[in-house]
Amino acid sequence: MFRRILKEVKQYTLPSIITPIAMIIEVVAELLIPYFMGWIIDRGIKNPDESLRMQNILLYGGLMIAMALIGLIGGMLGGRFGAMASTGLARNLRETMYNTIQNFSFSNIDKFSTSGLVTRMTTDITNIQQAYQMMLRITVRAPLTMIIALILAFRINSRIAVIYLIALGILAIVMFTIMMTAMPFFRQAFPKYDALNESVQENVSAIRVVKAYVREKQETEKFHNASNAIYKIFTKAEGRVAYNWPILSLIAYTCIIIISWRGSKMIVGGIDGMTTGQLASLLSYCMSILFSMMMVAMVFVMLSMSFASMERVAEVLNEVPDITNPENPVMEVADGSIVFKNVEFSYHKEGGEPVLRDIDLEIKSGETIGIMGATGSSKSSLVNLISRLYDADEGEVIVGGHNVKEYDLEALRNQVSVVLQKNVLFSGSIYENLRWGNKDATDEECREACRMACADDFISSFPDGYDTHIEQGGTNVSGGQKQRLCIARALLKKPKILILDDSTSAVDTATDARIRKAFKEAIPGTTKIIIAQRISSIQEADRIIVLDDGKINAFDTHENLVANNEIYREVYESQTGGSGDFDETEVG
Amino acid sequence: MPRPGQMMGRPRPKLENPMGIFKRIMGYVFKSYLVHCIIVFICIVAGVLCNLQGTLFMGDLIDKYLDPMVEGTLGIDEGFTLLTQAIIKVAIFYLLGVITGFAREYTMIYITQGTLRDMRNELFEKMEKLPISYFDSHTHGDIMSTYTNDIDTMRQMISQSIPQVIQSGFTIVSTLVAMISLSIPLTGLTLVMVVVMVASTGFIAGRSGKNFVEQQKKLGAVNGFIEEMINGQKVVKVFCHEEEGKTQFKELNDSLFVSADKANAYVNILMPINAQLGNVSYVLCAIAGGALAILINPASFWAITVGDLVAFLSLNKGFSMPINQVSQQFNAIVMALAGADRIFRLMDEKPELDEGYVTLVNSTVDKDGKITECDKHTGTWAWKHTHQATGEVEYKALEGDVVFDMVDFGYVPEKMVLHDIELHALPGQKIAFVGSTGAGKTTITNLINRFYDIQDGKIRYDGINVNKIAKSDLRRSLGIVLQDTHLFTGTIAENIRFGKLDATDEEVKAAAKLANAESFIKKLPEGYDTMLTGDGANLSQGQRQLLAIARAAIADPPVLILDEATSSIDTRTERIVQEGMDRLMSNRTTFVIAHRLSTVKNSDCIMVLEQGRIVERGTHDELIAAKGRYYTLYTGNQITE
Repeated sequence: MFRRILKEVKQYTLPSIITPIAMIIEVVAELLIPYFMGWIIDRGIKNPDESLRMQNILLYGGLMIAMALIGLIGGMLGGRFGAMASTGLARNLRETMYNTIQNFSFSNIDKFSTSGLVTRMTTDITNIQQAYQMMLRITVRAPLTMIIALILAFRINSRIAVIYLIALGILAIVMFTIMMTAMPFFRQAFPKYDALNESVQENVSAIRVVKAYVREKQETEKFHNASNAIYKIFTKAEGRVAYNWPILSLIAYTCIIIISWRGSKMIVGGIDGMTTGQLASLLSYCMSILFSMMMVAMVFVMLSMSFASMERVAEVLNEVPDITNPENPVMEVADGSIVFKNVEFSYHKEGGEPVLRDIDLEIKSGETIGIMGATGSSKSSLVNLISRLYDADEGEVIVGGHNVKEYDLEALRNQVSVVLQKNVLFSGSIYENLRWGNKDATDEECREACRMACADDFISSFPDGYDTHIEQGGTNVSGGQKQRLCIARALLKKPKILILDDSTSAVDTATDARIRKAFKEAIPGTTKIIIAQRISSIQEADRIIVLDDGKINAFDTHENLVANNEIYREVYESQTGGSGDFDETEVG
Repeated sequence: MPRPGQMMGRPRPKLENPMGIFKRIMGYVFKSYLVHCIIVFICIVAGVLCNLQGTLFMGDLIDKYLDPMVEGTLGIDEGFTLLTQAIIKVAIFYLLGVITGFAREYTMIYITQGTLRDMRNELFEKMEKLPISYFDSHTHGDIMSTYTNDIDTMRQMISQSIPQVIQSGFTIVSTLVAMISLSIPLTGLTLVMVVVMVASTGFIAGRSGKNFVEQQKKLGAVNGFIEEMINGQKVVKVFCHEEEGKTQFKELNDSLFVSADKANAYVNILMPINAQLGNVSYVLCAIAGGALAILINPASFWAITVGDLVAFLSLNKGFSMPINQVSQQFNAIVMALAGADRIFRLMDEKPELDEGYVTLVNSTVDKDGKITECDKHTGTWAWKHTHQATGEVEYKALEGDVVFDMVDFGYVPEKMVLHDIELHALPGQKIAFVGSTGAGKTTITNLINRFYDIQDGKIRYDGINVNKIAKSDLRRSLGIVLQDTHLFTGTIAENIRFGKLDATDEEVKAAAKLANAESFIKKLPEGYDTMLTGDGANLSQGQRQLLAIARAAIADPPVLILDEATSSIDTRTERIVQEGMDRLMSNRTTFVIAHRLSTVKNSDCIMVLEQGRIVERGTHDELIAAKGRYYTLYTGNQITE
């Protein structure tokens, strides 16, 4: 996992190396300052040779200033390159991830879910960026400060420095204990916090229900309970953490007192040649050492929180796209004929229940085919195999005389145009959206496609016409308008096969009929496959496939099906008398 | 979890009355936690003073005990006796410092968490009282972020910023006093360095702030692009649009890198610069102090002893730290004030007004049809109408007779969406609304239960103007099944019981059976006790709708509003849902927004709406015969044939 993430450091390897080195320089320089401070006292102010005093003060003072400058340079370099390394890593990760996702097949996408992918590309990468910066800077800085301060302390006087070692041991044990006792509370607290947010979310989106049933009081009470629970658990958890700082200072103060006492004894007794200057230096390391210890613990906690993010990102980067271009691909789809030979398909490859079984079909080029079946009868799964959005597990899917696996993916998908059930428009003008179908389409071609999809009328009624800006997700057009724009977009490909996956469900019956009529007249040579809930949308098709539980129940004309097929007749009868929708229902 | 690092250098939002907001926050804190605050305050002051004593001891240790003992002016035994006393004294101060430190941290937790809880609770309470129009005109994300982000900034401010500023202020003042007492010239030198430090901080923070604004903007653009493209990833694949996307993304991503790199670099160098300036200040004082200690006559104003110098140098270190801290907290405080501003604005929104005085009471009816009020649950309800002029009390049976009398309505006064709506639904009748999207069907149903108030005309329920009926009682007398079914976290039974809190298990089961929901509930692993989470995400659309019907059924209201949407349900499931709805509708006044013929066909009256007006009305047969708008909608024939 770490290795995969670190692979993305690439051109930022040098900054990633410079940063810790610069941090080392900074720490060393910074810690030498109190060391020289002792010399100023001992060799300067208190030098028995008075003539040397001022000279030494200036000498060591100059050294200290030099150290401060070196520290400054180190610190600035560390800061500068740390920023570059971490934001650079984030940049590379984002780019690689985006490009990886572009090669994903539908089943790869399904595995992560789109919202999952978005979180991984946004929040998780931000977390990694911060963790990486912290790793390069603080993770180097804190332990190093501790170690170097300890070394310097030992150099000055090992008998006294030992006290720090003991204090560190005690501090480590105490902090470990505190964290261990506080952690369970925090672990309980976060789900409670999520639950509270969910309760707000619920009440905001379902406020009509709450008000309609006059449940404001009960909901408020529920919220208060959740809120109080959070109060209780957080005060408990933070109550544990509150010991951290006082205990750190208790240990630090104890060190100061013991060192002052022992140091005094040693100075007065002349043991180890201890001097007042050395005592001053030793005391000033006290806080550096103990505080760094606390930082180490904090960094550890924060880094471990980012592990989850790293894992999620690495998972995406390591995902292998399961549909790729063949070698020597076929670049041209000859015609719109489709053959399914004994096809079986399931979404979960290992041990998954197949959602399509024993599918044998033969569709001639230019035919109009309807597909009908209950939710979950795998209508979408069936058509998704045609443009190789998924691969069949068994059997062959043959389009235009070749197995779909032999085609260049782009060539195949340009010839087989699918209007997906869950369709999306992108922010940009209507023209820009339409030209997804064909980059080079002229304005007139765009309009022509819209006329066929019955979209021209409403587009023209917009003040900005075809230049109208579509908001992200197409929120400023109605469900029916969105569907018609999506159809127009697909038509611009001038495909050999056009697949409409429940693409007119939000379009009223009359308009739906007009669209079908336009197809018949304008693109007679294109094979058209229409999935619909409404019988009226498919009854004029040349033939209709009735799917039931992943199997073809019947494949025949409307009249024959009404006469012979039970499932079809049942639906037909429930809808007869024109069970059309009266209006465009809002979808999404 | 808020990360302090992220706060730094963020753009500072403009606030109209920061002092007013601050006072209001402190009002919340003091209201319940005044004693706690006083304790914290005392602890902070005591802590600072104890710490200072400790630092000053360093100087005394060398000057008063060590040097005299080494130089022989103080006897060793006597010296150590005195030193022991001094150490005990300072140990007591240290201990006091630790204790007050702990007391402070511990008390702060209660202040912070308690205040946050109070604010959250009040926020929610106020929110529940807001009119529907508030929720319709604010995005849910914005409302949510008040509870999450804004409350989080408050946590940061109450628990860290304010105490830190107070503590830093005391530290600065007391350290300054102590420094002056040790050496005025060195204090002057220290202050000069502080000015340099503050100036450089201001300069760099300004730079980084500007770049952070850029970074946030570009991050927003990149994240927006990711969200849009990944959500449409399947469409991208279908249209082979991968390469274009990659190019666009690379452009946005690279430009984000440029500003993110700069913004972070400035933030990163701020700390070492200040730290090293602090060190320079320390060193300069050491050199100057050293010089003064040896070169100057001890009696002079300029003189300083070695011990005092050591103590002064610790003070010097302790002086630059709080100044850095205050400058860092400043940003956090401004962010928190902006958050508080949003919180208070939500709290200050006008709640839904309810001036209704007609209430719903349990009643009994004797053989003459005379209604008497009754305390116990009787199953029959009556409107209790206390006439305001005379004080006379009148009872009217709850029947479900609804009249619209020349009703006009607009969500904003300038733009009316409903005009001259007239209708009369007798108890038990079924009224259907049909028409295209935006014709105003859902709007009409929003008016009956007074989610919105009408501009002109009158709506009467059982002959009483709905404005006179207490809102809670009016809504209790109306059942509603909405287009979007919303379920709540809880068990299936609890969700059904939402319609009637004191319903028995038998009533819950009966309602489920009536709604056709029982068969699927029984198949669930835990039956009625199955937990639903995330708006019932584990159920299918059809099953959710069945639960919503059961929820309405258990409330057993005389009037029903059904905004039924079945376009996402397949035909077979729809039939089950439809059966449930039909059973629910029998013997009730029902308003149906219809999408399917079967629901509409047997209505007592069908209203065809177009652009906010009723353009046709009548029974199915009448309207078909009229061959008007209804006929066209219904058959689609006019165009195809």
